Amino acid sequence: ARRGAAQGSVPVMESADGAARTMPSIGRLSRGPPFGRAQGRFGLSPSGRLLPPTPRSQENADPQRTAFLLCKQWTLYSVTPLYGFSNAHLRDYARLLSAFIAAEKQKGLAVEVGVELDIKVAVSSLPDLKGSDQDQAAILVQLSLRSPASPKTSEEKLIWSGWFCCVSGDDLSENVPEDFTCLPLFLANGAESYTSIVGSWFQKTFDCCFRRLAISPLNLSWMAAMWTGCKVDKTASAMELVFSVPCLPQPLDISYAIHPEDAKALWDTVQKTPGEITQEEVDVFMDCLYSHFHRHFKIHLSATKLVKVSTAIASAHCDGIIKFLQSQYLTGVLMLLTELAISQIQ
Amino acid sequence: MQRRQSSKTPKQPLQVHYKNQTDLSAWRKGGRIDPEKSVQNHQSPKDQKNYSKQESLELALSYFEKVQDRVSLKKDNVLQKHLTTVESIALQRGLPPEGFEILLNVALSGKLADTVNTHLLKILIPASVIPETAVVSSVSWLCVSKCSGNTQLLFLRWLITVFDFIDHKEQLHALYGFFFSFLQDEKMCPYVCHLLYLLTRKESVKPFRIRRLLDLQTKMGMQPHLQALLSVYKLFCPELVTITLPGKMKTYFKNSEGPWKAAINTVRRRNQANSPVSQPLFLGTAQPKSRKRKWSTQLIIPASSTNRNYLEEDRKKNRVDLYSTNESFPVEQLQTFSQLLQNIHHLEFPSQMGSVLTSPLLLHYMNCIKDESIYLRLYYWMGQTLQEECTWCVADNNQYEEEFKNFLETVYKTECFLQEGFPSCEEFLCKSLPLWDGFCCRSQILRLVSWIPLSSFSEMKSHICDPLAQLFFTSSLYFKCSVLESLKELLQNWLNWHVIHLDSESDSQVHSLNTTLSGLVNVVAELIHFVGWISTVALRLENNHTFLLYFILDFYETVCDMYLRYNLPLLIMPPAGVFYPVLLSMDSVSLNQLCYIMYRYRTNLVAAKENELSKKKILQFKFSSQTYQEYNQYIIAMVGCLWTSSAFQKDIHPQGLRMDDELLKKTKVQEFKNSFNIVYHPAMMGYAVLFMQQAWPDDTTFNFSLIKGKKWNWYLEYLYAQGLKGLKVFIESSINRVSQASHSKA
Repeated sequence: ARRGAAQGSVPVMESADGAARTMPSIGRLSRGPPFGRAQGRFGLSPSGRLLPPTPRSQENADPQRTAFLLCKQWTLYSVTPLYGFSNAHLRDYARLLSAFIAAEKQKGLAVEVGVELDIKVAVSSLPDLKGSDQDQAAILVQLSLRSPASPKTSEEKLIWSGWFCCVSGDDLSENVPEDFTCLPLFLANGAESYTSIVGSWFQKTFDCCFRRLAISPLNLSWMAAMWTGCKVDKTASAMELVFSVPCLPQPLDISYAIHPEDAKALWDTVQKTPGEITQEEVDVFMDCLYSHFHRHFKIHLSATKLVKVSTAIASAHCDGIIKFLQSQYLTGVLMLLTELAISQIQ
Repeated sequence: MQRRQSSKTPKQPLQVHYKNQTDLSAWRKGGRIDPEKSVQNHQSPKDQKNYSKQESLELALSYFEKVQDRVSLKKDNVLQKHLTTVESIALQRGLPPEGFEILLNVALSGKLADTVNTHLLKILIPASVIPETAVVSSVSWLCVSKCSGNTQLLFLRWLITVFDFIDHKEQLHALYGFFFSFLQDEKMCPYVCHLLYLLTRKESVKPFRIRRLLDLQTKMGMQPHLQALLSVYKLFCPELVTITLPGKMKTYFKNSEGPWKAAINTVRRRNQANSPVSQPLFLGTAQPKSRKRKWSTQLIIPASSTNRNYLEEDRKKNRVDLYSTNESFPVEQLQTFSQLLQNIHHLEFPSQMGSVLTSPLLLHYMNCIKDESIYLRLYYWMGQTLQEECTWCVADNNQYEEEFKNFLETVYKTECFLQEGFPSCEEFLCKSLPLWDGFCCRSQILRLVSWIPLSSFSEMKSHICDPLAQLFFTSSLYFKCSVLESLKELLQNWLNWHVIHLDSESDSQVHSLNTTLSGLVNVVAELIHFVGWISTVALRLENNHTFLLYFILDFYETVCDMYLRYNLPLLIMPPAGVFYPVLLSMDSVSLNQLCYIMYRYRTNLVAAKENELSKKKILQFKFSSQTYQEYNQYIIAMVGCLWTSSAFQKDIHPQGLRMDDELLKKTKVQEFKNSFNIVYHPAMMGYAVLFMQQAWPDDTTFNFSLIKGKKWNWYLEYLYAQGLKGLKVFIESSINRVSQASHSKA
């Protein structure tokens, strides 16, 4: 099951999808989920993926507008489709959320909606973060602290931010009715207590469910392979893989750093079809790295657990934490994460 | 909520209460309004006494109506007398509606001493309803403050207690602003909050009132009564105000029931009326948190709260003004089935669909609404919750097994209520059964299995059946029995579904592959073959345990009747690995059950054959000749065993009992031929012994061969009388007694 679309074929794919989407989906007999069930339903990984297409950002998006998303640690969540969400009401949502935060923080005291509160909430749309035209525009939520000393000045300190996004999530968005908004991936940066308040508000208001999105070692190895193949302009930092050794009284982590050019050279010998990766290629790539390590240190890395991958593109931790480093590959990484999020909610 | 309901249908409580005939007008007419009551009255020796009581109450009321100046209680015996009259009647039977206006006017006008006013207020026990006009006029007395502060407080407390007895509330709602203005009185504030809490409707919530309440909150700090009122405001207008209630809080209002509650209950019990029951607070916003966990934890089923799609609503209002009066009924207030019926046209689902799981009323509602998004919302929530909270799939979750168990229990009950499985559950089972130890939450998981929808079974068979079979073979006898039980329920649920949808199917154009009749037949057949297979293996593993046999036969009791009871053109015989162990079992209960099952197979097959022959057109489904053949083989074996003692010769089933005489002689069993007939069969021999003790009490040789001819028939009657009804219907249907008469000696 190869998925995604190479850059050149996007328009064709979209028109075909568009035709398919106009077909009514009400013909289902059971009241079950409307998705196609065959794919990824039981947590199986696809046997192959297309490489993240060359980012769209070059065409119509200004990398500056998403630059603030880079070099920050984001905690990943999957979110089921939001019910009754509308892009037209973002300002209202900000007012309500800000009152909700105040009410949560001072439990028992009522808060009027719309008045100026200590914590300012901004909800806005990030139209650049999209994979296909069917994707919803990403939604950014920012909490900032008004400085109590000088309320008049516009000086605000950003204390928490989080964003919902969907990059090439057609698998999901094609199949849900109109009143649902598919933004299956949520990323948060800031204190967990704020994530919890904001998340609860969304859960209550749009009847959705948040779940931490962990990244399995298998998917981490996919990331390692995919990101190795990406071109980066400036001299890139080393690729680093962190493994944790199980069943030890004391935790033991093994860090394995590879020069990016060596890794790229290895990958180029493994990959057969440009622009496309298969599970087999990923396995071969990792096995090569493992056997190289074994030759030097006599340690079988295949018996350990891959917990972290860092490359010049991004770094990802198995606990579901990600840091984006290259704005041009932002959507590419988000596409993979969207796929993982969708497989967790379906 | 009672108050809304009664304001919408103000007549209803009245009608109810007139039947109980405790109002003054009915008294005056000597109870002739109600024939039943009048008969009672005539028969009652207390009739005369009642009449005088009613007269004295009338006198007392007209006294209070006319009383002018401040009369002192101590000096005035008349006042004392009338007060006593009113009190004794009030406490005994409650006061009639007409009494309230008079007595409230006196008590609040300040004409009499404060002790009298207090006394009067304390005995205002309604017999049926309280007229709204009485309350309105007393509010106007309140506004001119002729009475003391204590009396005012007492009046408010009284009003709160009897709120649900007031017959109409429209005018009272018009006085909302007056009540609101009393908030500034510090003493009255808690009670006024409670009253406003009862009175508030969506249109009462205004920004200026919210600001006033917030000012009070700033002045007085966190007060439970303010919190309660503000949360009602939030309930109606979440776009204007919000509040998070602290979790610990239990009571929000001071107890205002005072001296009345007990008296009202007594009166109600005596009058046996369906008086309104005061509704519990619906401040369900604070949930009990049993544990501290990550915020996104789903296991706590959300409290039912109104959908917050107000923004949407606003937009619609602007566009079409017609709908602006169309106010939706907050789900928090939904408490009774009659409320559901009255508000079903403007009910909204809660903001979090998960909360329907704990609300049977909403499940009723859900059952009659055909909206895809409802199911989708529930699907997402439940799917995520099951996966996240599964105690054996997620590490560190195992200490929460009890909670997870309860959750699964709730889900199962909901499925039973809706008579429908949830797709999220079936996906959960697919994902988690391969990891299941067969122990954790066993009965809950197996019960969920019984609700897997038929339509997806073939697709999921390997995900469900393979892990289940593995556990089945390696687990205890009791586990095996539980699996068989839940598979039987699964089959029954499918068959019920099929019967119900048989009619609607024809007019629906939608046929997915698995819901066509042939698809259905295939899936059912697959399940039955699966059960046949695991049963055969289990019987070998468990040495044909009787307990296990019982559960297997229970399953086949459903299978053998599918054609006639469920209108499904499918019959599948049990495999030989099940049939023969039962036929030769040591236990008469199993044998009897097998006889019954074979009798039902026969009935079904005969009916199918008749249908086939009578109908000219070619039926879409015919039982394969193999089914008839198998049945015939079994029946030959059975009759050969139990009746003609020729099983070893006549059994033609490839896995049957046929044996060479040479081989049988080697066993050195004498008279091997009849060793499985109804006399010698190990399951029956006990009956034969008892029968012989009764028939030949002096014979101690137990010569079973005596049971023949007439005695054979007696023996049969004896067996039937012992409760072997299955044997009875089997013999009566499958054995031709006339032609078999000569064999009976064998």
